[in-house]
Amino acid sequence: MHLGKRSIYWNETLRQCVDIGVGSLVIVIIFSLFLGAVLTVQTAYQFTTPLLSRSIIGSIVTNTAIIEMAPTVTCLILAGKIGSSIASELGTMRITEQIDALEMMGVNSAAFLVLPKIIAGTFMVPLLVMISGFLQIWMGLVVGVITDVLSAEEFMQGSIQYFIPFTVTFALIKATTFGFIIASVASYLGYYTSGGALEVGRSATQAVVASCMLILLWDYLLAQMLL
Amino acid sequence: MIEVRGLSKIFGDKVVLRDVSARFEPARTSLIIGASGSGKTVLMKCMVGLMQPSSGQVLYDGVVDFVSLPESERRKIRQQIGMLFQGSALFDSMNVEQNVMFPLTMFTNMTLKEKLHRVNECLERVNLSNTNRLMPSELSGGMKKRVGIARAIVMNPRFLFCDEPNSGLDPQTAIRIDELIREITLEYRITTIINTHDLNSVIGIGDYVIFLYKGRKEWEGDKHTVLRSDNQALNEFVFASRYFREIRDQLVG
Repeated sequence: MHLGKRSIYWNETLRQCVDIGVGSLVIVIIFSLFLGAVLTVQTAYQFTTPLLSRSIIGSIVTNTAIIEMAPTVTCLILAGKIGSSIASELGTMRITEQIDALEMMGVNSAAFLVLPKIIAGTFMVPLLVMISGFLQIWMGLVVGVITDVLSAEEFMQGSIQYFIPFTVTFALIKATTFGFIIASVASYLGYYTSGGALEVGRSATQAVVASCMLILLWDYLLAQMLL
Repeated sequence: MIEVRGLSKIFGDKVVLRDVSARFEPARTSLIIGASGSGKTVLMKCMVGLMQPSSGQVLYDGVVDFVSLPESERRKIRQQIGMLFQGSALFDSMNVEQNVMFPLTMFTNMTLKEKLHRVNECLERVNLSNTNRLMPSELSGGMKKRVGIARAIVMNPRFLFCDEPNSGLDPQTAIRIDELIREITLEYRITTIINTHDLNSVIGIGDYVIFLYKGRKEWEGDKHTVLRSDNQALNEFVFASRYFREIRDQLVG
């Protein structure tokens, strides 16, 4: 492979990492802060009995955020944002003959266009999930203190006391799997788009729906296999 | 030189191309003309391997049957082919310079300085100097076509395919694009094949013209004979407008 060719593949992968990672950061931050706040408020609402220590709220918020909210719910949001973006980008390239142009130059268009997206999706989604998890727990703590549900010490005590390190590994396995699913499903549906603008929109919608279904299916399968 | 032998293409039960044969010589602008749906684009796509013909051969330089080659071998031949697409097909995420430089980066070991020199040479050739930093969305239709031509010739191709190069352009710009394609064809002795239904192109640059009608090659000739043919289907196509019928009547009368 020519040095220049390698640099083009590398640049394309970096561009996709920026698109997927940095491009999704704002929505992940906003979503995670609100979700963390809601988690604490609703958990506190369900545990009003004086028989339980209030630190249990910190434990539930932390574990729920790490095991389910950060990897699964964040990825469902990302399926909408990234999946539709990838499918419509590739679909538009297909109907405007940009993919044919690559083929005509002797470039393997699938390798050039799809591979960087899958690599970027598989690496960047776990990073976004880690950020989401951290922000959810932090916001849960902040809201708990502000609304006087529990103190920061109680929240941290609950978080640490019932913390299972494997849940972090499990969350990262899920995030990597979901990142791969989002990028590959959207790439496939976008790459094989045919027709016009209507079909591009249809591919984008199908990519989001199919990714969400597969994420939910694999969420169950991974939980069954690994927990 | 490109030779097409007995090319047919069938979609389901619909025959789109029927036993088309033709020979396209270097340093000549060869035109494939015909009404919409006559099979022009399918023929071109079969010739460059973007579609697999149902039967027939496409010979590059009289020896290599492109149709029977595996995809990896086709890619090697495609590096000698330049193609101008109907909508220009410039990469939206790249500026003009990156678009034209792309094939050089992919397939040569040239240094950045050498590549920039070649890119500027090609942009100058299509009268688009100092547009390097513009994005495709900032270009007019004619400029996009010219960037497309610059990208198509940057690798010094031996074969140039142009699919409807004049579509969507005003008559003056269309003529300039035609002239540019013809100049490049003669200058680099390229085998150029153009899909068009623009009669100005036919009369202006048609060194060799084939007329497709319902998937068949109905007629072949050149710009000098196309107006004097007695082929009924060709005449219906060429003299579809009253203006051209009047020209014919003046010529004949």
